Amino acid sequence: MRGSFQTRTIKWSMHYGVLLVYVAVALFPLYWLVKVSITPDDILYKQGTDLLPSKLSFEHYATVIGKSDFLLFFRNSIIVSGITAIASTILAMASGYAFSRFAFKGKFWIVGLMLVTQMFPLVIVITPIFSIFGTLGLTNSLTGLIIIYTAFNIPFATFLMQSFFDGIPKDLEEAAMIDGATRFKAFVQIIAPLTLPGIVATAGFCFTGAWGEILFALLLNSSASASTFPVGLLLYSTRATIEYGPMMAAGVLALIPVCIFFFLIQRYLVQGLTAGAVKG
Amino acid sequence: MTVSYPTAGARRRLAALEPYLYSAPALLLITVTTLVPIVIGISYAFRNVMLLDPTSGGFVGLDNFRDLMRDGSFWGALKNTVTWTVSCVAFQFFFGLILALLLNRPFPGRSIIQPIVFLPWAIPTFLIGMNWSWLFNPAIGPLPHWAYALGLMSAPDNILSDPQHALLGPIIASIWWGTPFFAITMLAALQAIPSEIYEAAEIDGAGSLERFRSITLPFLAPTMVVTVMLRTIWIANSSELIVVMTKGGPADSSQIVASYVFTQAYQGLNFGYASAIATALVVLLLIYALLLMSIRQMMLSSR
Repeated sequence: MRGSFQTRTIKWSMHYGVLLVYVAVALFPLYWLVKVSITPDDILYKQGTDLLPSKLSFEHYATVIGKSDFLLFFRNSIIVSGITAIASTILAMASGYAFSRFAFKGKFWIVGLMLVTQMFPLVIVITPIFSIFGTLGLTNSLTGLIIIYTAFNIPFATFLMQSFFDGIPKDLEEAAMIDGATRFKAFVQIIAPLTLPGIVATAGFCFTGAWGEILFALLLNSSASASTFPVGLLLYSTRATIEYGPMMAAGVLALIPVCIFFFLIQRYLVQGLTAGAVKG
Repeated sequence: MTVSYPTAGARRRLAALEPYLYSAPALLLITVTTLVPIVIGISYAFRNVMLLDPTSGGFVGLDNFRDLMRDGSFWGALKNTVTWTVSCVAFQFFFGLILALLLNRPFPGRSIIQPIVFLPWAIPTFLIGMNWSWLFNPAIGPLPHWAYALGLMSAPDNILSDPQHALLGPIIASIWWGTPFFAITMLAALQAIPSEIYEAAEIDGAGSLERFRSITLPFLAPTMVVTVMLRTIWIANSSELIVVMTKGGPADSSQIVASYVFTQAYQGLNFGYASAIATALVVLLLIYALLLMSIRQMMLSSR
Protein backbone atom coordinates (compact mmCIF):
# COMPACT_ATOMS: atom_id res chain seq x y z
CA MET A 1 0.00 0.00 0.00
CA ARG A 2 1.28 3.40 -0.97
CA GLY A 3 0.46 6.74 0.55
CA SER A 4 0.68 8.05 4.08
CA PHE A 5 -1.63 7.10 6.90
CA GLN A 6 -3.54 10.35 6.45
CA THR A 7 -4.29 9.99 2.76
CA ARG A 8 -5.35 6.41 3.40
CA THR A 9 -7.76 7.54 6.10
CA ILE A 10 -9.28 10.14 3.78
CA LYS A 11 -9.57 7.58 1.02
CA TRP A 12 -11.34 5.06 3.20
CA SER A 13 -13.70 7.54 4.78
CA MET A 14 -14.70 8.68 1.29
CA HIS A 15 -15.13 5.05 0.32
CA TYR A 16 -17.46 4.37 3.24
CA GLY A 17 -19.18 7.75 2.82
CA VAL A 18 -20.19 7.06 -0.78
CA LEU A 19 -21.25 3.53 0.10
CA LEU A 20 -23.37 4.91 2.92
CA VAL A 21 -25.23 7.07 0.40
CA TYR A 22 -25.90 3.96 -1.70
CA VAL A 23 -27.14 2.06 1.35
CA ALA A 24 -29.44 4.93 2.34
CA VAL A 25 -30.89 5.32 -1.16
CA ALA A 26 -31.38 1.55 -1.51
CA LEU A 27 -33.17 1.24 1.80
CA PHE A 28 -35.17 4.46 1.95
CA PRO A 29 -38.16 3.49 -0.28
CA LEU A 30 -38.48 0.18 1.52
CA TYR A 31 -38.20 1.90 4.88
CA TRP A 32 -41.01 4.22 3.85
CA LEU A 33 -43.19 1.29 2.82
CA VAL A 34 -42.70 -0.35 6.21
CA LYS A 35 -43.13 2.96 8.05
CA VAL A 36 -46.52 3.77 6.53
CA SER A 37 -47.67 0.18 7.01
CA ILE A 38 -47.18 0.44 10.77
CA THR A 39 -48.48 4.01 11.22
CA PRO A 40 -52.00 4.05 12.66
CA ASP A 41 -54.67 5.69 10.49
CA ASP A 42 -55.41 8.66 12.75
CA ILE A 43 -51.89 10.11 12.41
CA LEU A 44 -51.11 8.79 8.90
CA TYR A 45 -51.86 12.05 7.08
CA LYS A 46 -51.10 14.46 9.91
CA GLN A 47 -47.57 13.11 10.18
CA GLY A 48 -47.45 12.01 6.58
CA THR A 49 -43.92 13.17 5.87
CA ASP A 50 -42.32 12.65 9.28
CA LEU A 51 -39.43 10.23 9.25
CA LEU A 52 -40.70 8.44 12.34
CA PRO A 53 -44.34 7.98 13.37
CA SER A 54 -45.13 8.97 16.96
CA LYS A 55 -46.87 5.66 17.61
CA LEU A 56 -46.98 2.28 15.98
CA SER A 57 -49.74 -0.18 15.28
CA PHE A 58 -50.24 -3.34 13.30
CA GLU A 59 -53.87 -2.59 12.53
CA HIS A 60 -53.22 -2.42 8.79
CA TYR A 61 -51.81 -5.92 8.80
CA ALA A 62 -54.90 -7.13 10.63
CA THR A 63 -57.08 -5.43 7.99
CA VAL A 64 -55.14 -7.03 5.15
CA ILE A 65 -55.19 -10.51 6.60
CA GLY A 66 -58.64 -10.43 8.14
CA LYS A 67 -60.84 -8.19 6.02
CA SER A 68 -59.60 -8.12 2.43
CA ASP A 69 -59.15 -10.28 -0.65
CA PHE A 70 -55.40 -10.19 -0.28
CA LEU A 71 -55.21 -13.66 1.22
CA LEU A 72 -56.88 -14.98 -1.92
CA PHE A 73 -54.48 -13.02 -4.14
CA PHE A 74 -51.57 -14.34 -2.10
CA ARG A 75 -52.78 -17.90 -2.46
CA ASN A 76 -53.18 -17.43 -6.24
CA SER A 77 -49.71 -15.90 -6.51
CA ILE A 78 -48.11 -18.68 -4.49
CA ILE A 79 -49.79 -21.37 -6.63
CA VAL A 80 -48.83 -19.66 -9.89
CA SER A 81 -45.24 -18.80 -8.89
CA GLY A 82 -44.63 -22.14 -7.17
CA ILE A 83 -45.79 -24.31 -10.05
CA THR A 84 -44.04 -22.02 -12.56
CA ALA A 85 -40.78 -22.37 -10.62
CA ILE A 86 -41.00 -26.16 -10.47
CA ALA A 87 -42.10 -26.62 -14.10
CA SER A 88 -39.60 -24.22 -15.63
CA THR A 89 -36.72 -25.60 -13.56
CA ILE A 90 -37.44 -29.19 -14.60
CA LEU A 91 -37.74 -28.24 -18.29
CA ALA A 92 -34.64 -26.04 -18.07
CA MET A 93 -32.65 -28.82 -16.41
CA ALA A 94 -33.42 -31.12 -19.32
CA SER A 95 -32.62 -28.59 -22.03
CA GLY A 96 -29.67 -27.10 -20.13
CA TYR A 97 -28.22 -30.60 -19.78
CA ALA A 98 -28.62 -31.18 -23.52
CA PHE A 99 -26.84 -27.89 -24.29
CA SER A 100 -24.05 -28.66 -21.84
CA ARG A 101 -23.29 -32.28 -22.74
CA PHE A 102 -24.10 -32.78 -26.40
CA ALA A 103 -22.97 -31.35 -29.69
CA PHE A 104 -25.91 -31.92 -32.01
CA LYS A 105 -27.30 -30.81 -35.32
CA GLY A 106 -29.38 -27.65 -35.01
CA LYS A 107 -27.97 -26.73 -31.59
CA PHE A 108 -26.80 -23.37 -32.91
CA TRP A 109 -30.29 -22.54 -34.15
CA ILE A 110 -32.01 -23.71 -31.00
CA VAL A 111 -29.71 -21.60 -28.80
CA GLY A 112 -30.17 -18.68 -31.18
CA LEU A 113 -33.94 -19.07 -31.03
CA MET A 114 -33.89 -18.95 -27.25
CA LEU A 115 -31.73 -15.83 -27.30
CA VAL A 116 -34.02 -14.13 -29.79
CA THR A 117 -37.11 -14.76 -27.68
CA GLN A 118 -35.23 -13.13 -24.81
CA MET A 119 -34.66 -9.99 -26.84
CA PHE A 120 -38.06 -9.72 -28.49
CA PRO A 121 -40.51 -7.17 -27.11
CA LEU A 122 -43.03 -9.37 -25.38
CA VAL A 123 -45.79 -6.83 -25.94
CA ILE A 124 -46.15 -8.23 -29.43
CA VAL A 125 -47.42 -11.57 -28.13
CA ILE A 126 -49.85 -9.96 -25.70
CA THR A 127 -52.76 -9.73 -28.16
CA PRO A 128 -52.33 -13.14 -29.86
CA ILE A 129 -51.95 -14.87 -26.49
CA PHE A 130 -55.11 -13.20 -25.28
CA SER A 131 -57.02 -14.44 -28.34
CA ILE A 132 -55.55 -17.97 -28.24
CA PHE A 133 -56.02 -18.37 -24.49
CA GLY A 134 -59.55 -16.99 -24.78
CA THR A 135 -60.62 -19.72 -27.19
CA LEU A 136 -58.88 -22.37 -25.08
CA GLY A 137 -60.58 -21.19 -21.89
CA LEU A 138 -57.25 -20.22 -20.34
CA THR A 139 -58.16 -16.64 -19.47
CA ASN A 140 -59.24 -15.99 -15.89
CA SER A 141 -57.43 -19.16 -14.97
CA LEU A 142 -54.25 -19.77 -13.02
CA THR A 143 -53.26 -22.50 -15.50
CA GLY A 144 -53.00 -19.95 -18.31
CA LEU A 145 -50.62 -17.79 -16.32
CA ILE A 146 -48.53 -20.79 -15.30
CA ILE A 147 -48.12 -21.85 -18.95
CA ILE A 148 -47.12 -18.40 -20.11
CA TYR A 149 -44.73 -17.69 -17.22
CA THR A 150 -43.07 -21.08 -17.61
CA ALA A 151 -42.48 -20.43 -21.30
CA PHE A 152 -41.05 -16.95 -20.65
CA ASN A 153 -38.73 -18.24 -17.93
CA ILE A 154 -37.31 -21.16 -19.85
CA PRO A 155 -34.64 -19.43 -21.99
CA PHE A 156 -32.91 -17.74 -19.07
CA ALA A 157 -33.38 -20.75 -16.79
CA THR A 158 -31.87 -23.00 -19.46
CA PHE A 159 -28.73 -20.87 -19.82
CA LEU A 160 -28.40 -20.73 -16.06
CA MET A 161 -28.71 -24.51 -15.66
CA GLN A 162 -26.32 -25.07 -18.55
CA SER A 163 -23.64 -23.02 -16.81
CA PHE A 164 -24.09 -25.11 -13.65
CA PHE A 165 -23.83 -28.39 -15.61
CA ASP A 166 -20.74 -27.05 -17.40
CA GLY A 167 -19.08 -26.81 -14.00
CA ILE A 168 -19.43 -30.55 -13.38
CA PRO A 169 -16.88 -32.91 -14.97
CA LYS A 170 -18.21 -35.17 -17.70
CA ASP A 171 -16.19 -38.09 -16.30
CA LEU A 172 -18.75 -38.54 -13.55
CA GLU A 173 -21.62 -39.75 -15.68
CA GLU A 174 -19.28 -41.41 -18.17
CA ALA A 175 -17.96 -43.59 -15.35
CA ALA A 176 -21.52 -44.47 -14.32
CA MET A 177 -22.41 -45.29 -17.92
CA ILE A 178 -19.43 -47.62 -18.24
CA ASP A 179 -20.81 -49.35 -15.15
CA GLY A 180 -24.03 -49.96 -17.10
CA ALA A 181 -26.30 -47.07 -16.11
CA THR A 182 -28.23 -45.26 -18.84
CA ARG A 183 -27.36 -41.62 -19.35
CA PHE A 184 -30.76 -40.59 -18.02
CA LYS A 185 -30.18 -42.58 -14.84
CA ALA A 186 -26.72 -41.07 -14.44
CA PHE A 187 -28.20 -37.61 -14.96
CA VAL A 188 -30.94 -38.05 -12.37
CA GLN A 189 -28.93 -39.92 -9.75
CA ILE A 190 -25.46 -38.37 -10.04
CA ILE A 191 -25.47 -35.05 -11.86
CA ALA A 192 -28.75 -33.54 -10.60
CA PRO A 193 -27.90 -33.90 -6.88
CA LEU A 194 -24.52 -32.26 -7.51
CA THR A 195 -26.19 -29.21 -9.09
CA LEU A 196 -28.67 -28.80 -6.25
CA PRO A 197 -27.54 -25.21 -5.45
CA GLY A 198 -27.96 -24.33 -9.12
CA ILE A 199 -31.40 -25.92 -9.17
CA VAL A 200 -32.45 -23.92 -6.13
CA ALA A 201 -31.11 -20.67 -7.63
CA THR A 202 -32.89 -21.30 -10.94
CA ALA A 203 -36.17 -22.13 -9.21
CA GLY A 204 -35.79 -18.98 -7.11
CA PHE A 205 -35.29 -16.80 -10.18
CA CYS A 206 -38.35 -18.26 -11.86
CA PHE A 207 -40.41 -17.87 -8.69
CA THR A 208 -39.43 -14.22 -8.31
CA GLY A 209 -40.11 -13.50 -11.96
CA ALA A 210 -43.60 -14.97 -11.80
CA TRP A 211 -44.26 -13.37 -8.41
CA GLY A 212 -43.86 -9.87 -9.79
CA GLU A 213 -45.23 -10.13 -13.35
CA ILE A 214 -48.11 -7.77 -13.95
CA LEU A 215 -48.87 -7.11 -17.63
CA PHE A 216 -50.07 -10.57 -18.63
CA ALA A 217 -51.72 -11.07 -15.27
CA LEU A 218 -53.63 -7.82 -15.75
CA LEU A 219 -54.77 -8.59 -19.28
CA LEU A 220 -55.54 -12.30 -18.96
CA ASN A 221 -57.05 -12.54 -15.50
CA SER A 222 -59.52 -9.80 -14.79
CA SER A 223 -61.76 -11.67 -12.35
CA ALA A 224 -60.91 -11.30 -8.67
CA SER A 225 -60.93 -15.04 -8.05
CA ALA A 226 -58.06 -15.58 -10.49
CA SER A 227 -56.13 -12.37 -9.75
CA THR A 228 -52.57 -12.66 -8.63
CA PHE A 229 -51.12 -10.41 -5.98
CA PRO A 230 -49.79 -7.60 -8.24
CA VAL A 231 -53.14 -7.26 -10.01
CA GLY A 232 -55.00 -7.24 -6.71
CA LEU A 233 -52.77 -4.51 -5.34
CA LEU A 234 -52.89 -2.38 -8.48
CA LEU A 235 -56.68 -2.56 -8.79
CA TYR A 236 -56.98 -1.83 -5.07
CA SER A 237 -54.86 1.29 -5.58
CA THR A 238 -57.12 2.69 -8.31
CA ARG A 239 -60.28 2.56 -6.22
CA ALA A 240 -62.06 5.79 -5.37
CA THR A 241 -61.18 5.71 -1.68
CA ILE A 242 -57.62 4.59 -1.31
CA GLU A 243 -56.53 3.18 2.02
CA TYR A 244 -52.78 3.56 1.92
CA GLY A 245 -52.11 1.80 5.21
CA PRO A 246 -53.49 -1.62 4.30
CA MET A 247 -52.08 -1.33 0.78
CA MET A 248 -48.56 -0.79 2.05
CA ALA A 249 -48.98 -3.53 4.61
CA ALA A 250 -49.92 -5.83 1.73
CA GLY A 251 -46.85 -4.58 -0.16
CA VAL A 252 -44.59 -5.44 2.77
CA LEU A 253 -46.09 -8.92 2.93
CA ALA A 254 -45.42 -9.37 -0.80
CA LEU A 255 -41.78 -8.44 -0.25
CA ILE A 256 -41.07 -11.11 2.32
CA PRO A 257 -40.66 -14.20 0.09
CA VAL A 258 -38.55 -12.25 -2.40
CA CYS A 259 -36.22 -10.85 0.26
CA ILE A 260 -35.70 -14.23 1.89
CA PHE A 261 -34.75 -15.77 -1.43
CA PHE A 262 -32.48 -12.85 -2.31
CA PHE A 263 -30.44 -12.98 0.88
CA LEU A 264 -30.02 -16.72 0.43
CA ILE A 265 -28.57 -16.49 -3.07
CA GLN A 266 -26.98 -13.04 -3.29
CA ARG A 267 -23.42 -14.15 -2.43
CA TYR A 268 -23.70 -16.85 -5.00
CA LEU A 269 -24.90 -14.38 -7.64
CA VAL A 270 -21.58 -12.63 -8.17
CA GLN A 271 -19.68 -15.92 -7.87
CA GLY A 272 -21.79 -17.53 -10.57
CA LEU A 273 -21.35 -14.56 -12.87
CA THR A 274 -17.61 -14.52 -12.15
CA ALA A 275 -17.34 -18.14 -13.22
CA GLY A 276 -19.24 -17.27 -16.38
CA ALA A 277 -17.00 -14.30 -17.06
CA VAL A 278 -13.82 -16.33 -16.57
CA LYS A 279 -15.04 -18.86 -19.10
CA GLY A 280 -15.55 -16.07 -21.57
CA MET B 1 -36.85 -45.59 -15.97
CA THR B 2 -35.82 -49.21 -16.50
CA VAL B 3 -34.33 -50.07 -19.85
CA SER B 4 -34.02 -53.75 -20.78
CA TYR B 5 -30.69 -54.00 -22.53
CA PRO B 6 -31.36 -52.89 -26.12
CA THR B 7 -29.22 -54.03 -29.02
CA ALA B 8 -26.13 -52.02 -29.85
CA GLY B 9 -27.76 -50.47 -32.94
CA ALA B 10 -30.92 -49.41 -31.11
CA ARG B 11 -28.78 -47.97 -28.37
CA ARG B 12 -26.78 -45.89 -30.82
CA ARG B 13 -29.94 -44.56 -32.47
CA LEU B 14 -31.37 -43.68 -29.08
CA ALA B 15 -28.14 -41.92 -28.12
CA ALA B 16 -28.31 -39.79 -31.28
CA LEU B 17 -31.84 -38.75 -30.40
CA GLU B 18 -31.06 -38.06 -26.76
CA PRO B 19 -30.20 -34.33 -26.94
CA TYR B 20 -33.41 -33.69 -28.86
CA LEU B 21 -35.47 -35.60 -26.32
CA TYR B 22 -33.98 -33.53 -23.50
CA SER B 23 -34.60 -30.18 -25.16
CA ALA B 24 -37.92 -31.02 -26.85
CA PRO B 25 -40.34 -30.10 -24.03
CA ALA B 26 -38.75 -26.67 -23.54
CA LEU B 27 -38.63 -26.03 -27.29
CA LEU B 28 -42.22 -27.10 -27.79
CA LEU B 29 -43.46 -24.76 -25.10
CA ILE B 30 -41.43 -21.82 -26.43
CA THR B 31 -42.66 -22.47 -29.95
CA VAL B 32 -46.32 -22.63 -28.95
CA THR B 33 -46.37 -19.69 -26.56
CA THR B 34 -43.78 -17.35 -28.03
CA LEU B 35 -42.83 -18.10 -31.64
CA VAL B 36 -46.30 -18.82 -33.00
CA PRO B 37 -47.83 -15.81 -31.21
CA ILE B 38 -45.06 -13.58 -32.57
CA VAL B 39 -46.00 -14.60 -36.10
CA ILE B 40 -49.73 -14.19 -35.38
CA GLY B 41 -49.03 -10.85 -33.70
CA ILE B 42 -47.23 -9.53 -36.75
CA SER B 43 -50.11 -10.76 -38.94
CA TYR B 44 -52.60 -8.86 -36.71
CA ALA B 45 -50.78 -5.68 -37.65
CA PHE B 46 -52.11 -6.04 -41.21
CA ARG B 47 -55.63 -6.93 -40.12
CA ASN B 48 -58.57 -5.19 -38.54
CA VAL B 49 -58.82 -7.08 -35.24
CA MET B 50 -61.27 -5.71 -32.69
CA LEU B 51 -61.66 -7.74 -29.55
CA LEU B 52 -65.42 -7.35 -29.08
CA ASP B 53 -66.35 -7.43 -32.76
CA PRO B 54 -66.57 -10.99 -34.17
CA THR B 55 -66.98 -9.70 -37.73
CA SER B 56 -63.56 -8.05 -37.63
CA GLY B 57 -60.36 -9.78 -38.66
CA GLY B 58 -60.20 -9.01 -42.38
CA PHE B 59 -56.94 -7.96 -44.01
CA VAL B 60 -56.56 -4.21 -44.33
CA GLY B 61 -53.07 -4.06 -45.77
CA LEU B 62 -51.08 -1.14 -44.44
CA ASP B 63 -54.05 0.79 -43.01
CA ASN B 64 -52.93 0.34 -39.40
CA PHE B 65 -49.48 1.69 -40.28
CA ARG B 66 -51.00 4.62 -42.14
CA ASP B 67 -52.97 5.46 -38.99
CA LEU B 68 -49.78 5.08 -36.99
CA MET B 69 -47.97 7.67 -39.12
CA ARG B 70 -50.71 10.19 -38.33
CA ASP B 71 -50.93 9.30 -34.62
CA GLY B 72 -49.41 12.10 -32.58
CA SER B 73 -49.39 9.91 -29.46
CA PHE B 74 -47.19 7.37 -31.24
CA TRP B 75 -44.59 9.97 -32.23
CA GLY B 76 -44.66 11.34 -28.70
CA ALA B 77 -44.18 7.82 -27.37
CA LEU B 78 -41.27 7.30 -29.75
CA LYS B 79 -39.56 10.44 -28.48
CA ASN B 80 -40.24 9.34 -24.90
CA THR B 81 -38.79 5.90 -25.63
CA VAL B 82 -35.47 7.52 -26.54
CA THR B 83 -35.51 9.79 -23.46
CA TRP B 84 -36.53 6.90 -21.21
CA THR B 85 -34.00 4.40 -22.57
CA VAL B 86 -31.02 6.74 -22.77
CA SER B 87 -31.48 8.27 -19.33
CA CYS B 88 -32.22 4.95 -17.62
CA VAL B 89 -29.28 3.14 -19.20
CA ALA B 90 -26.83 6.04 -18.75
CA PHE B 91 -27.56 6.60 -15.05
CA GLN B 92 -27.83 2.92 -14.19
CA PHE B 93 -24.49 2.36 -15.89
CA PHE B 94 -22.79 5.31 -14.21
CA PHE B 95 -24.03 4.55 -10.68
CA GLY B 96 -23.53 0.82 -11.23
CA LEU B 97 -19.90 1.25 -12.30
CA ILE B 98 -19.08 3.38 -9.24
CA LEU B 99 -20.75 0.84 -6.98
CA ALA B 100 -18.86 -2.07 -8.56
CA LEU B 101 -15.53 -0.27 -8.13
CA LEU B 102 -16.34 0.47 -4.49
CA LEU B 103 -17.20 -3.16 -3.80
CA ASN B 104 -14.32 -4.70 -5.73
CA ARG B 105 -11.65 -4.78 -3.02
CA PRO B 106 -12.29 -6.49 0.30
CA PHE B 107 -13.00 -4.15 3.23
CA PRO B 108 -14.54 -4.64 6.65
CA GLY B 109 -18.35 -4.74 6.38
CA ARG B 110 -18.48 -5.64 2.69
CA SER B 111 -20.48 -8.80 3.31
CA ILE B 112 -23.20 -6.72 5.00
CA ILE B 113 -23.18 -3.73 2.64
CA GLN B 114 -23.17 -5.73 -0.59
CA PRO B 115 -26.52 -7.50 -0.12
CA ILE B 116 -28.17 -4.26 1.02
CA VAL B 117 -27.10 -2.22 -2.00
CA PHE B 118 -28.04 -5.07 -4.35
CA LEU B 119 -31.47 -5.49 -2.76
CA PRO B 120 -33.46 -3.13 -5.07
CA TRP B 121 -32.72 -5.46 -7.97
CA ALA B 122 -34.69 -8.25 -6.25
CA ILE B 123 -37.84 -6.25 -5.63
CA PRO B 124 -40.70 -7.09 -8.04
CA THR B 125 -41.13 -4.32 -10.62
CA PHE B 126 -44.80 -3.70 -9.89
CA LEU B 127 -44.00 -3.13 -6.23
CA ILE B 128 -41.17 -0.74 -7.13
CA GLY B 129 -43.63 1.17 -9.28
CA MET B 130 -46.22 1.38 -6.52
CA ASN B 131 -43.64 2.16 -3.85
CA TRP B 132 -42.24 5.06 -5.84
CA SER B 133 -45.64 6.41 -6.81
CA TRP B 134 -46.42 6.54 -3.08
CA LEU B 135 -43.14 8.37 -2.46
CA PHE B 136 -44.05 10.92 -5.16
CA ASN B 137 -47.55 11.36 -3.76
CA PRO B 138 -47.63 14.48 -1.54
CA ALA B 139 -50.40 13.01 0.64
CA ILE B 140 -48.31 10.10 1.78
CA GLY B 141 -44.75 10.52 0.52
CA PRO B 142 -41.93 12.90 1.43
CA LEU B 143 -40.34 13.55 -1.97
CA PRO B 144 -42.55 16.45 -3.17
CA HIS B 145 -42.13 18.19 0.19
CA TRP B 146 -38.36 17.79 0.07
CA ALA B 147 -38.19 19.01 -3.52
CA TYR B 148 -40.33 22.00 -2.51
CA ALA B 149 -38.13 22.78 0.48
CA LEU B 150 -35.04 22.64 -1.73
CA GLY B 151 -36.67 25.01 -4.20
CA LEU B 152 -36.80 22.41 -6.97
CA MET B 153 -40.59 22.68 -7.16
CA SER B 154 -42.84 25.71 -6.84
CA ALA B 155 -45.39 23.69 -4.87
CA PRO B 156 -45.32 20.16 -3.35
CA ASP B 157 -47.23 18.56 -6.22
CA ASN B 158 -47.24 15.03 -7.56
CA ILE B 159 -44.70 14.86 -10.37
CA LEU B 160 -46.57 11.91 -11.87
CA SER B 161 -49.61 14.05 -12.70
CA ASP B 162 -47.54 16.81 -14.30
CA PRO B 163 -47.60 16.35 -18.10
CA GLN B 164 -44.27 18.16 -18.40
CA HIS B 165 -42.33 15.89 -16.02
CA ALA B 166 -44.37 12.72 -15.49
CA LEU B 167 -41.82 10.49 -17.25
CA LEU B 168 -39.20 11.53 -14.70
CA GLY B 169 -40.98 9.46 -12.02
CA PRO B 170 -40.62 6.07 -13.73
CA ILE B 171 -37.08 7.02 -14.80
CA ILE B 172 -36.01 7.62 -11.20
CA ALA B 173 -37.67 4.37 -10.09
CA SER B 174 -35.91 2.51 -12.92
CA ILE B 175 -32.50 3.93 -11.98
CA TRP B 176 -33.04 2.85 -8.38
CA TRP B 177 -33.96 -0.62 -9.52
CA GLY B 178 -31.43 -1.18 -12.33
CA THR B 179 -28.24 0.22 -10.79
CA PRO B 180 -27.52 -3.02 -8.85
CA PHE B 181 -27.85 -5.04 -12.04
CA PHE B 182 -25.03 -3.10 -13.71
CA ALA B 183 -23.03 -3.23 -10.48
CA ILE B 184 -23.41 -7.02 -10.26
CA THR B 185 -22.33 -7.65 -13.86
CA MET B 186 -19.40 -5.27 -13.67
CA LEU B 187 -18.32 -6.54 -10.27
CA ALA B 188 -18.27 -10.04 -11.73
CA ALA B 189 -16.09 -8.81 -14.61
CA LEU B 190 -13.80 -6.87 -12.22
CA GLN B 191 -13.23 -9.93 -10.06
CA ALA B 192 -12.19 -11.89 -13.12
CA ILE B 193 -9.20 -9.56 -13.66
CA PRO B 194 -6.09 -11.40 -12.41
CA SER B 195 -4.72 -9.54 -9.38
CA GLU B 196 -1.11 -10.19 -10.51
CA ILE B 197 -1.57 -7.55 -13.20
CA TYR B 198 -2.40 -4.93 -10.58
CA GLU B 199 0.50 -6.04 -8.41
CA ALA B 200 2.90 -5.79 -11.33
CA ALA B 201 1.59 -2.31 -12.19
CA GLU B 202 1.97 -1.24 -8.57
CA ILE B 203 5.58 -2.41 -8.51
CA ASP B 204 6.16 -0.40 -11.69
CA GLY B 205 4.86 2.63 -9.80
CA ALA B 206 1.53 3.16 -11.53
CA GLY B 207 -0.91 5.35 -9.59
CA SER B 208 -4.47 4.30 -8.94
CA LEU B 209 -5.92 6.49 -11.68
CA GLU B 210 -3.37 5.13 -14.13
CA ARG B 211 -4.13 1.56 -13.07
CA PHE B 212 -7.82 2.21 -13.68
CA ARG B 213 -7.15 3.61 -17.14
CA SER B 214 -4.63 1.06 -18.32
CA ILE B 215 -5.90 -2.13 -16.65
CA THR B 216 -9.46 -1.88 -15.34
CA LEU B 217 -11.01 -0.05 -18.25
CA PRO B 218 -9.64 -2.23 -21.06
CA PHE B 219 -10.61 -5.37 -19.13
CA LEU B 220 -14.11 -4.07 -18.39
CA ALA B 221 -14.79 -2.68 -21.86
CA PRO B 222 -16.16 -5.87 -23.47
CA THR B 223 -18.54 -6.49 -20.55
CA MET B 224 -19.61 -2.85 -20.59
CA VAL B 225 -20.41 -2.89 -24.29
CA VAL B 226 -22.40 -6.13 -24.17
CA THR B 227 -24.28 -5.18 -21.01
CA VAL B 228 -25.19 -1.72 -22.27
CA MET B 229 -26.32 -3.13 -25.61
CA LEU B 230 -28.54 -5.81 -24.12
CA ARG B 231 -29.89 -3.56 -21.39
CA THR B 232 -30.80 -0.90 -23.92
CA ILE B 233 -33.07 -3.30 -25.77
CA TRP B 234 -34.43 -4.68 -22.53
CA ILE B 235 -35.20 -1.27 -21.01
CA ALA B 236 -36.76 0.02 -24.24
CA ASN B 237 -39.12 -2.96 -24.06
CA SER B 238 -39.97 -2.83 -20.38
CA SER B 239 -43.10 -0.88 -19.70
CA GLU B 240 -44.21 -2.20 -16.29
CA LEU B 241 -42.96 0.78 -14.29
CA ILE B 242 -44.73 3.22 -16.60
CA VAL B 243 -47.95 1.19 -16.70
CA VAL B 244 -48.01 0.93 -12.92
CA MET B 245 -46.92 4.49 -12.10
CA THR B 246 -48.60 6.70 -14.73
CA LYS B 247 -50.45 4.38 -17.14
CA GLY B 248 -48.68 6.47 -19.77
CA GLY B 249 -50.52 9.60 -18.68
CA PRO B 250 -51.45 12.27 -18.07
CA ALA B 251 -52.77 12.40 -21.65
CA ASP B 252 -50.10 10.02 -23.02
CA SER B 253 -47.32 12.41 -21.89
CA SER B 254 -45.28 9.62 -20.28
CA GLN B 255 -46.12 6.92 -22.81
CA ILE B 256 -43.26 4.93 -24.36
CA VAL B 257 -43.92 2.73 -27.38
CA ALA B 258 -44.02 -0.49 -25.32
CA SER B 259 -46.49 0.92 -22.79
CA TYR B 260 -48.55 2.41 -25.63
CA VAL B 261 -48.96 -1.09 -27.07
CA PHE B 262 -50.16 -2.34 -23.74
CA THR B 263 -52.61 0.48 -23.08
CA GLN B 264 -53.99 0.18 -26.62
CA ALA B 265 -54.55 -3.55 -26.14
CA TYR B 266 -55.83 -3.24 -22.58
CA GLN B 267 -58.08 -0.21 -22.87
CA GLY B 268 -58.69 0.22 -26.59
CA LEU B 269 -59.29 -3.46 -27.31
CA ASN B 270 -58.05 -2.59 -30.79
CA PHE B 271 -55.70 -5.53 -31.25
CA GLY B 272 -54.87 -4.83 -34.88
CA TYR B 273 -53.63 -1.34 -34.09
CA ALA B 274 -51.81 -2.47 -30.94
CA SER B 275 -50.00 -5.10 -33.01
CA ALA B 276 -49.04 -2.52 -35.61
CA ILE B 277 -47.40 -0.42 -32.88
CA ALA B 278 -45.65 -3.52 -31.52
CA THR B 279 -44.42 -4.44 -35.00
CA ALA B 280 -43.05 -0.92 -35.44
CA LEU B 281 -41.19 -1.36 -32.13
CA VAL B 282 -39.71 -4.65 -33.33
CA VAL B 283 -38.52 -3.04 -36.57
CA LEU B 284 -36.96 -0.12 -34.68
CA LEU B 285 -35.12 -2.45 -32.29
CA LEU B 286 -33.89 -4.53 -35.24
CA ILE B 287 -32.51 -1.38 -36.85
CA TYR B 288 -30.81 -0.51 -33.57
CA ALA B 289 -29.26 -3.98 -33.32
CA LEU B 290 -28.07 -3.92 -36.94
CA LEU B 291 -26.61 -0.43 -36.44
CA LEU B 292 -24.72 -1.60 -33.36
CA MET B 293 -23.37 -4.64 -35.12
CA SER B 294 -22.15 -2.66 -38.12
CA ILE B 295 -20.47 -0.12 -35.83
CA ARG B 296 -18.77 -3.00 -34.03
CA GLN B 297 -17.69 -4.42 -37.38
CA MET B 298 -16.27 -1.05 -38.42
CA MET B 299 -14.36 -0.72 -35.16
CA LEU B 300 -12.96 -4.22 -35.47
CA SER B 301 -11.81 -3.75 -39.06
CA SER B 302 -10.24 -0.36 -38.37
CA ARG B 303 -7.93 -1.88 -35.77
